[in-house]
Amino acid sequence: MSKKRMMGLFGDFEEAHDAIADIRRNEVPGLTVDDVTMTSPIEHPEVEEVLGERPVHIQKFTLFGAIFGVVFGFIFLAAAQASFLVQPQGGKPVIALPSNIVLVYEMLIFFAVWLTFFAFIFLSGLLRKRSSLYSEKVSLDQVAIIVEIDESISESVKGLFEKHKVLEIREEAIR
Amino acid sequence: MTMVTEKDINEQIAWAKINTDVLKSMENPRPAYWVTLAVCIAMVSTAVVAEYIQYTVGMGTANLNNPHMWDMYIAAFVFWIGMSHSGTLLSAILHLIHADWRKPIYRFAEAMTTFSLLTAGIFPMIHLGRVWNLYWVLPYVSDRGIWPNFRSPLVWDAFAITTYLTASMLFLFVGMIPDLAICRDNTTGWRKKLYGILALGWVGSDRQWRHFRKIYLLMACFLIPLAVSVHSIVSADFAMSIMPGWHITSFPPYFVAGALYSGCAAIITLFILLRYFFRFEDYMTLPIMEKTAKLTFAIAMVWTYLNLIEFASVWYGHDVYNKELLIAKATGAYAWIFWTMLFCGSVLPFALAFRKLRRHMPTMFVVSLFLNLGMFFERWMIVAPTLSMSQEPHQWDIMYGSIVEWAIVFGSFGWFGMLFLIFVKVFPSVSMYEVKEMVFHRKRSAGEEDLVRMTDHAKPVTQTTGGGSA
Repeated sequence: MSKKRMMGLFGDFEEAHDAIADIRRNEVPGLTVDDVTMTSPIEHPEVEEVLGERPVHIQKFTLFGAIFGVVFGFIFLAAAQASFLVQPQGGKPVIALPSNIVLVYEMLIFFAVWLTFFAFIFLSGLLRKRSSLYSEKVSLDQVAIIVEIDESISESVKGLFEKHKVLEIREEAIR
Repeated sequence: MTMVTEKDINEQIAWAKINTDVLKSMENPRPAYWVTLAVCIAMVSTAVVAEYIQYTVGMGTANLNNPHMWDMYIAAFVFWIGMSHSGTLLSAILHLIHADWRKPIYRFAEAMTTFSLLTAGIFPMIHLGRVWNLYWVLPYVSDRGIWPNFRSPLVWDAFAITTYLTASMLFLFVGMIPDLAICRDNTTGWRKKLYGILALGWVGSDRQWRHFRKIYLLMACFLIPLAVSVHSIVSADFAMSIMPGWHITSFPPYFVAGALYSGCAAIITLFILLRYFFRFEDYMTLPIMEKTAKLTFAIAMVWTYLNLIEFASVWYGHDVYNKELLIAKATGAYAWIFWTMLFCGSVLPFALAFRKLRRHMPTMFVVSLFLNLGMFFERWMIVAPTLSMSQEPHQWDIMYGSIVEWAIVFGSFGWFGMLFLIFVKVFPSVSMYEVKEMVFHRKRSAGEEDLVRMTDHAKPVTQTTGGGSA
């Protein structure tokens, strides 16, 4: 059976929220909230609530970056300081812990921030080609609900969207 | 009695208008914008000529000689590092405490951070004299066997500032991505291509927003301790030495407070300029200006307190060099700078305590400039008197800087202004999506309040008279 992607554009969050809530209540058999993507001009936790729990793993990368920053930072500094052996130390330790704490602290943040940033790019699906269903009205003031459905339930989904005062419907075939 | 509070922003403002106003600002500023940009370019040109003279003739043209080895340049460096603090730090703190009035003004404040750091970063290079040997400071295994001394606060500076610059730029960039997508969708030509690349394919999906919310929170959490550490480390450039006037335990908080103070004052200056240049009266409103001014006033009082603590600890410490230096600051050759600093930094901020003045843009503009003059003098008073009057009396000397040095420092203001003005012309200086959020949530909570009020009116009112139980 052929599959397609359908986008409904809504004028306000309430209608989009209710449409997703209907999908969650299985008003269209064969369509679940897992098939739904919402695009919106602002961050909207209330609507995301009806979409259900969707995990975010960025913080794990942040933690990894921070630990890497500490370990790499200390090894890097200690290795560099070890080469000081050729230089006179004036009775001071070769690997000076108090000053290394300051520098390792900066390295912790440096790597944590970079890893967080890269994780954000990859995990949030950036750097990908935009779907032809993308509407520029979303960056203005409209909310879009995009669903991946079988051809057979296409009319039911349209009906659901129309029930919630959809402004525009667009479709594309999934190859 | 109910008190009517003025709203930070008009909640009825249409989202389409927000997009239009901000996008229009990038096309069509007032002529004053171009005049200011031209002045900044002229200032940079002056500095380039001065730097050329210093580069070819030598550091003597800047009057840098023993004991004044790093006079005005280090003062300017500290000033610019300080200026960078309020942008990102305040943006991050206000984000964490959900102070949504930051939303229309945080973007330019964060940009201010980035460009202040870029301005500060050129001073160590200028001060090197032998600029062509700059790469010697990099930590690589060279055949000369030279490594940076990791025990030196100057190396800590390099690490801290690099980290802060990187983190601030990422914070600024990440916060701009949804707006860059708006720009991409509403522009043509080279702008569309530029924004298309920078928007990284943002479409505003729920997945992107969820991750966006998380990264913004995480970065804000990192930036606060980072910003505090950066200026503490800058203070270590002085405090780790044993020079009179520098070896003071309260230096780190004093530097952080001074940094926040000058940054806040700069935010007020730029707020007023942008509001005028780009006709942002609907976004950079008087209530937001009032809040910023109150915050500045509070920080001014912290700075004043730390100054007094420093004076008191020196006075009661009975260290002869420190005490003599403090007296010399107040009565010697630099006394006029000292008293101007105290007037601008501790007395003038009381103007911010008056509502009428806080709402008068020309007054606020002038006050903010004087506050920053005071903060520049503060840095000057940290550096110059100690070098002029250290432990060795035969080295005592007064130094005000040569015209070359002043031209370079003066030009740094032009450099900062030029970068900043170009930025606000190419990128949205008001965060469109966050202003939409602000309007949306405020409208919604106002609606809920109305509903609660209506429900309360519908309830039968039970009044209790008298007090206590029988």
